[in-house]
Amino acid sequence: MLDWWLPENVSTYGAEIDWLFHLIYYITGATFVLVFVTMLVFIVMYRDRPGRTARYTHGNTPLEIAWTIVPALILVILTALSVPAWSRIKMQVPASDFDVNVTAKQFNWQVGYPGSDKVFLDEMHVPVNKVVRVHLRSQDVIHSFFVPQFRMKQDAVPGREIVQWFEVVKPGKYEWPCAELCGFGHSGMRGWIYVHTPEDYAKWAAENLEGKGKQ
Amino acid sequence: MSATSATAHAHVEPAGHHELGFVRTYMFSTDHKMIARQFLFLGLSMMIIGGLLALVVRWELAWPETPVPGLGMILTETGGILEPSQYNMAFTMHATIMIFFVIMPILAGAFGNFCIPLMIGARDMAFPFLNMLSFWVAAVAGVLMLAGFFVPGGHAAAGWTSYAPLSAVPEYTGTNWGQNLWCISLFVLGISSMMGAINYITTIINMRAPGMKLFRMPLVVWSLFITAILLLLALPVLTSGVAMLLFDRTLGTSWFKPSGGGEPLLWQHLFWYFGHPEVYILILPAMGIASEILPVFCRKPIFGYHAMAFSMIAIAFLSWVVYGHHMFVSGMNPALGMAFTVTTMIIAVPSAIKTFNWLGTLWGARIQFTVPMLNALAFVSMFVIGGLSGIFMASTPVDIYIQDTYFIVAHIHYVVFGGSIFGAFAAIYYWFPKMFGRMTNTVLGHLHFWPTFVFFNLTFFPMHIIGVGGQMRRIYNPMQYEFLQHQQHWNVFITMSALALGLGQIPFVINFFWSLFAGKKAPLNPWNANTLEWTAASPPPHLNWGPTLPTVYRGPYEYSSPESRDDWLPQTAPPVTAAGARRH
Ligand code: HEM
Ligand SMILES: [Cu+2]
Ligand SMILES: [Cu+2]
Repeated sequence: MLDWWLPENVSTYGAEIDWLFHLIYYITGATFVLVFVTMLVFIVMYRDRPGRTARYTHGNTPLEIAWTIVPALILVILTALSVPAWSRIKMQVPASDFDVNVTAKQFNWQVGYPGSDKVFLDEMHVPVNKVVRVHLRSQDVIHSFFVPQFRMKQDAVPGREIVQWFEVVKPGKYEWPCAELCGFGHSGMRGWIYVHTPEDYAKWAAENLEGKGKQ
Repeated sequence: MSATSATAHAHVEPAGHHELGFVRTYMFSTDHKMIARQFLFLGLSMMIIGGLLALVVRWELAWPETPVPGLGMILTETGGILEPSQYNMAFTMHATIMIFFVIMPILAGAFGNFCIPLMIGARDMAFPFLNMLSFWVAAVAGVLMLAGFFVPGGHAAAGWTSYAPLSAVPEYTGTNWGQNLWCISLFVLGISSMMGAINYITTIINMRAPGMKLFRMPLVVWSLFITAILLLLALPVLTSGVAMLLFDRTLGTSWFKPSGGGEPLLWQHLFWYFGHPEVYILILPAMGIASEILPVFCRKPIFGYHAMAFSMIAIAFLSWVVYGHHMFVSGMNPALGMAFTVTTMIIAVPSAIKTFNWLGTLWGARIQFTVPMLNALAFVSMFVIGGLSGIFMASTPVDIYIQDTYFIVAHIHYVVFGGSIFGAFAAIYYWFPKMFGRMTNTVLGHLHFWPTFVFFNLTFFPMHIIGVGGQMRRIYNPMQYEFLQHQQHWNVFITMSALALGLGQIPFVINFFWSLFAGKKAPLNPWNANTLEWTAASPPPHLNWGPTLPTVYRGPYEYSSPESRDDWLPQTAPPVTAAGARRH
């Protein structure tokens, strides 16, 4: 049901994130229904009526054990599923020959390509079906590289370079907002990522990246 | 039996203390009950400011860059249209005020002060003078915080989390003394919290009435005990953090500024090392309050008393090792993120245990739907939603997408408003008779509860939806983004609900003040509750009880016990069998 709320996903690992999202959605949804139905039933059944006496009980140890272990097991499973996906997305940056430098500043994304000294403001061009490695920096405050349709987010921290990656499976033009409060111009700090077919990308590179590198 | 004899003495005792003048009675009082009332008034008045700021923020999000009604008087140049920097200031101060000057003063300050001595059978706090100081230092912090609105450059605008270097370099925000005062005020407030915490811990350890064993303590006292320990250990971290931030801003140090060799993530580590225990400081007292009120109006013992106490102790330990879940995509080593996802999933277990035990308490009960009970039930149900949304964020891959979106804002408000604020309302309605000696009005209570419950959900539930849709938090105008435009109608809907939620608080204000002066006189024990505070007069005199302190014979939740013909059995009633042998 949440499908129509999530923006369409176009990246490889985005599908993994969406799968986990939906899994958690169904688990928490079922828990929610269970708890609320129980609560409502109790509230109606055990409301104060003439002649009703409350049951005198201090608890039930087997029940306590059950409702400690069952949630713990579910959470262990969720952890076991989350950790490998996290590791694939954030820790094992795949090898690639396509690198982009992004340096954030108040309130723009500055994009550069190796072998070219042109700087593109708030726009990035990349080919489809290719691992793109982003070398993320900031020259002033913390910003956050967010591409909703790639399910990608990474803060850009001044003083360090963070390498991230994505691979897009569908050509198009994708909105690229800054997701971390970065000052009065934070709202509206936004770029576009153009994902081209290999041919279109080669054409764009030839026209725009003079003295371009290997791409 | 002993309940009545204790009160008989109570009428004798206070006479000698009536000579204290106005200043010593109402302002610089060392009586824990007066200090509790002072904290309550501080919190409730700040809630009005924090609430109005929230409505300003909501107006901007629904109808961006249009004049905010009423704001034209203050923002004369723009005719009431908010500028982006003013918007940033509004949400920064909304959160800062709500967390530090509303929830903490009401739950830890007011009810910590009121409940602890009265419910463990002590005459006052261990250090009454320190207690008085704790309130006045908090009041000074409040004045410093409010002063920030009037300085050139405006108030702090870097979020309640004040991430460096945005907060560390005045040029980045254009805020100058606003952010400095933010640091100074929180520094001062930290000192107040530490004084309070030392007092609570000492009092609970040393000053329990005869027979009040640790595991006979009411759960609200347990919750406040654990809260005090967290306060004592967490606040110094924030206090040092804001001092370092202030030095970066004013003295040229570079703790958090990379330009001088500093490390921006150090701020986040300090802030969240405080910040995550802080969220439990906000919720634990409310959990205690719900655990206190549910048995009274279920007329049956709390389900799993020990499980309830131990799950809070577990939370107290775990809350130190989960803070990194606020920093999953901050640039912190992703291997650490992996460790924090494990601990965060684990901390959801004690929350689940508590929820199931509250449900267990409802099972087989005889539920009386009083106004405090309705608020306590709202607490339980809303906390469930907030806890469940926490699981999405605990899963690191999912958090990559939803971090810094409205999903987080929804989570925060389900736990902090749905949890802490409903807990605070429950506590106010429940203890009002004891605190002020008068009953609140039930009709007005319902007129407050129902709109609050309905419009709370209409305001905050849709935030999950727009968050999943990708709307970032802390943006001034969602319409600047093409991918958000199709869901703008939700922002309008949320804002209208929020305005209704605001209006829904009017019956509360009327009820509070009307009852304070003209409410029906409260009997000793209007709810037929077991705990010790109900054996003292309403309101309790200075030193709470007459010459003899109550003696405790049993746990706090003996409702519908076969030992008693009534459906309640006060902690002070001597056991029937032993009574003949031991007494008289
Ligand atoms: C079941 C238990 C809980 C879990 C698993 C959980 C998990 C989380 C996670 C992972 C975050 C960070 C999300 C992000 O920024 O991406 C978060 C944020 C937050 N949580 Fe919880 N949480 C739980 C309960 C609570 C409780 C009881 C409270 C408070 C009363 C609370 C208050 C907050 C607040 C205020 C934030 C946002 C802070 C900010 O960024 O401004 N949470 N929670
Ligand atoms: Cu930015
Ligand atoms: Cu946390």
